[in-house]
Amino acid sequence: MTRDEKNRKSKIVNRNSHNMHTETVHITPYRTLAWVLITLLTLTFITITVTWIDLSAITVLVAMLIASVKAYIVLTYFMHLKFESSLFRALVIMVLAIYALVIIGTFVDYLLR
Amino acid sequence: MEHRDDIGAKLGMWVFIFTEILLFGGLFLVYAVMRSRYSVDFHHAAHHLNAFIGAINTVVLLVSSATVAMSITAVQKGNTKLAVNLLILTLLCAAVFMVNKYFEWGHKIHIGLYPGSDLMITLNHGEVMFFSLYFFMTGLHMLHLVIGAIILAIVLVKVKSGTINANRYVLMENGGLYWHLVDLIWIFLFPLLYLIT
Repeated sequence: MTRDEKNRKSKIVNRNSHNMHTETVHITPYRTLAWVLITLLTLTFITITVTWIDLSAITVLVAMLIASVKAYIVLTYFMHLKFESSLFRALVIMVLAIYALVIIGTFVDYLLR
Repeated sequence: MEHRDDIGAKLGMWVFIFTEILLFGGLFLVYAVMRSRYSVDFHHAAHHLNAFIGAINTVVLLVSSATVAMSITAVQKGNTKLAVNLLILTLLCAAVFMVNKYFEWGHKIHIGLYPGSDLMITLNHGEVMFFSLYFFMTGLHMLHLVIGAIILAIVLVKVKSGTINANRYVLMENGGLYWHLVDLIWIFLFPLLYLIT
């Protein structure tokens, strides 16, 4: 295996950008992306099956739980959050927390009327 | 020497995505409240949606997200030809989604089921809420899909011309982020509108 091939195969590739400082770039391998897709398709299939057999009261809960897992996978791998600086993850968590507060606030308001 | 700040560019894109999340988040909140108030009406109305078309569109969007991500990998590895082909595949997926949506909406409009129609005003309040939310949310999602497809078409041209290459691809990453957002919203729209009947 030539040095060039080794570089291509490694997950972390150091490359010299034209302004001469070295930065580390994460390249997500095709194989990882393919597995992510297969996982997402499987979860979609499970959602459809679960709502089909109808678990009555917990159907919505299960469907939303699976959707959340799918969203987490998309954010982590497709949207590359796993390999970005932790600032990005912190901001996403913050925004989701704000949204959760709005949901809680709205429902407390509606249920206590 | 040129100045560039790829992390700053991506941060800007994420801030924009946050506003989109809150935009759709507000609509999901309306859906949640209305669903809890008119659960029986929502149950009835959701039966009118074609879960099969919805499922196909879910698969199409997931595949298109994967092909965009793979296309970025191809650009990073310097494989322009593969990157271009994967982007073309993504745009084909977008086209399939749009055609499906055309038939889906077309059928509803054909049977007189659209906001403000004569049939709509005869329905229960909860059913009217469901169909209004259905048309507004899938319509707004569709608008995002069209914009995302235009952005990816621009990215495709730039990859082809070499403006986007292994050393410079932040525009492609941001275009990809927008496309994944479209996918992300559909992940929640599909079960809430089509499956939970």
